[in-house]
Amino acid sequence: MSQNAFTPGIVAGRLDAADYNTGFSDLHPALDPHEALVAADRCYFCHDAPCITACPTDIDIPLFIRQIATGTPDAAAKTILSQNIMGGMCARVCPTEQLCEEACVREAAEGKPVLIGQLQRYATDHLQAQGVHPFSRAAVTGKTVAVVGAGPAGLSCAHRLAMHGHDVVVFDARSRPGGLNEYGIATYKTVDGYAQSEVDWLLQIGGIEIRSGQALGRDITLEQLRAEYDAVFLGMGLGGVNALGVDGDDRDGVLDAVDFIADLRQAGDVASVPVGRDVVVIGGGMTAVDAAVQARLLGALNVTLVYRRGRDRMNASVFEQDLAASKGVRIVTHAVPKAVHGNGAVREIEFDYVDDAMAPTGETLRLAADQVFRAIGQTLQGDALPALDGRKIGVDARGRTSVDGVWAGGDCAAGGDDLTVTAVAEGRDAAMDIHATLMA
Amino acid sequence: MADLTSDFIGIRSPNPFWLASAPPTDKEYNVRRAFEAGWGGVVWKTLGSEGPPVVNVNGPRYGAIYGADRRLLGLNNIELITDRDLYTNLEEITRVKADYPDRAVIVSLMVPCEEGAWKAILPLVEETGADGIELNFGCPHGMSERGMGAAVGQVPEYIEMVTRWCKQYYSKPVIVKLTPNITDIRKPAAAAHAGGADAVSLINTINSITSVNLDTMSPEPSIDGKGSHGGYCGPAVKPIAMSMVSEIARDPGLRGLPISGIGGVTTWRDAAEFMALGAGNVQVCTAAMTYGFKIVQEMISGLSDYMDSKGMTSIDEIVGRAVPNVTDWQYLNLNYVAKAKIDQDLCISCGRCFAACEDTSHQAIAMSDDRTFTVIDEECVACNLCVNVCPVEDCITMEAMTPGAVDPRTGRTVEADYANWTTHPNNPASNAAE
Repeated sequence: MSQNAFTPGIVAGRLDAADYNTGFSDLHPALDPHEALVAADRCYFCHDAPCITACPTDIDIPLFIRQIATGTPDAAAKTILSQNIMGGMCARVCPTEQLCEEACVREAAEGKPVLIGQLQRYATDHLQAQGVHPFSRAAVTGKTVAVVGAGPAGLSCAHRLAMHGHDVVVFDARSRPGGLNEYGIATYKTVDGYAQSEVDWLLQIGGIEIRSGQALGRDITLEQLRAEYDAVFLGMGLGGVNALGVDGDDRDGVLDAVDFIADLRQAGDVASVPVGRDVVVIGGGMTAVDAAVQARLLGALNVTLVYRRGRDRMNASVFEQDLAASKGVRIVTHAVPKAVHGNGAVREIEFDYVDDAMAPTGETLRLAADQVFRAIGQTLQGDALPALDGRKIGVDARGRTSVDGVWAGGDCAAGGDDLTVTAVAEGRDAAMDIHATLMA
Repeated sequence: MADLTSDFIGIRSPNPFWLASAPPTDKEYNVRRAFEAGWGGVVWKTLGSEGPPVVNVNGPRYGAIYGADRRLLGLNNIELITDRDLYTNLEEITRVKADYPDRAVIVSLMVPCEEGAWKAILPLVEETGADGIELNFGCPHGMSERGMGAAVGQVPEYIEMVTRWCKQYYSKPVIVKLTPNITDIRKPAAAAHAGGADAVSLINTINSITSVNLDTMSPEPSIDGKGSHGGYCGPAVKPIAMSMVSEIARDPGLRGLPISGIGGVTTWRDAAEFMALGAGNVQVCTAAMTYGFKIVQEMISGLSDYMDSKGMTSIDEIVGRAVPNVTDWQYLNLNYVAKAKIDQDLCISCGRCFAACEDTSHQAIAMSDDRTFTVIDEECVACNLCVNVCPVEDCITMEAMTPGAVDPRTGRTVEADYANWTTHPNNPASNAAE
């Protein structure tokens, strides 16, 4: 091994192959049938269950768990997927500790919720491993819908529309479909190419054509789509990344966390992805944690996650924060970037400490850094879009935008958490409104 | 530590926990392990007549019913009496009894319903030094088809006749084990009593099919694609067994007939409940087969702690204590009024009480938007279903209303006086139709 943790600069191959395999393996290994039955037995089958209310897609959780407990995991999968066609991915990436599992009455009773997320994965994996697609298309309506973005919102919308008999064309800027499922989630959360295989499975419904490498504003325009299709759904996410806005932001080694995460996901071998010796991640969300943890897993000696507010304000859940800590990521709070120092490439990054009101305390912090990841939020890109609500596309409760015949959902639309599961729900619900509109 | 010494029909044992006649007591090896573990006595697995032993099935003998987490709640079996040679068993019984003189060793017997058969085997059993015999009139499968076991236990005249032979040809106590597969348990008990039995033991196992394989359509346990009813036991049968024990205990004609209680005894508490209903001791099988012999240690410590907490110094102080409180429905006090009460601090808001009450009972639980569940006293009949379905112990309780208070459901003042079915004004049919 020519490189190790102490090698300065941004280099690949800091670890042994075995260490990469261990680090990037499944964060939560799949439950085996026995574990699933034990976990399912703990569900109380609550009335009007709080877990359902907490789920952005309203999955009937007690019912699917009872279906697992009674030996019919495929029926459980259908219960899940009928509400959330990406239930398999959501089972892997949902912050369940903030959603269904937080609401679980056994969390209240004994601090140990039913393992809803892992049971959901058990059921969906069971069905998908057989290549079974449990839904079929209604008679073809002759209506056509353009969907922009092949991420969770777009694919959810496309599937629901296809199921109702509409013909859907999905335009996506990247070379592979899946959106953030494919490019934006930590490798250890979705191993073995699950994002791709889920898309392949989803497309079995038929009636959906995916056109990759087609970006809105570059290769296609909203006007064209409106002219050619009966309806348009915008689900292209947030293509831009916020800048640090400080001196030295453009130095070599200062990168976007989303690109780092995407590089890892697309790398044939994670060992080929270079990482710094002293890595600083700026931000407090899932993307920041995903980048910081994976920098450690790649063998970075020091990884520091710096967030401008307190831990309680971090978008990353407590589980994610603990995960980062358990992997050796140091979390610094109440610090905002002041300057990136270095001669060409970054050498140090300087922060101002701030109080809860974001006022500088006068104290500063300098961290050695040969690699800095920006993870302070993403922005909507493009013009000639429907009216914005703040920095995102404004939508009503049905997903309708200011432009007639154009709906939007997912991260590019205002409202809702920027979660996979929320995007799926918004795509699904917009599809139902598009369907109702087209068939009126 | 309370003294748990048991004297059951003159048979002494250091505690009232015996292993029932069953696979755990089939041979010397197991029985020695049981005694080392602390069991007070054993009823040796049923012996048959001299000659070639019975042949058991060579496939599954047991079927099971599970609760959550595969907790075994009920077990059924299609095993027969001992399939080992009579003399092997007798020699082992002799050795074990000699080595454990302070433990009870009872020999279970099942031979054909002929005087000669009993006359032949009883002297052999007498020679072993065992403390008594138990007549297996309960086995519901296999042996019953040969005119033994439950086939005898279901005919009171046979019970009396065979019991009489045993008292004639055997000098030590005779216990008659009863089958529950009859309509009125008091009839076979009375027959045993009339035949001179020193005690009855009950229940034997209940006719049962535990499951059906939906691929092969065979009942289970399945032997080459076919299944037969087997004998059901374990925690699931405890309520049936306790009812039958109490029926004998409170029958005027049978009062004083000693009872060995059997049926789903799993913990010290189960044992104490059987004893409170009139059992002088208890016999255990399924719990040992599920968890091993060590469970007796919990039974000993639990019963002892209970007795200490109640200031009891002898197990005789437990036996029969609940019998006076077992009555017929017609004597229940209809002036007693209770209401469900939900402890909001303990409630975890699962809503099971609401679903049960709203869907299947009296619509007496209200649910607020923030999932607070409260009892509507105007509707609550105190049926107890909410208590039963609540996953949190003591979260919902039944609170008796104080006499003088007004029951908001009926608008009537709760009376202090007792009034049963025949006297309560709300009952139009206060006299049974003749």
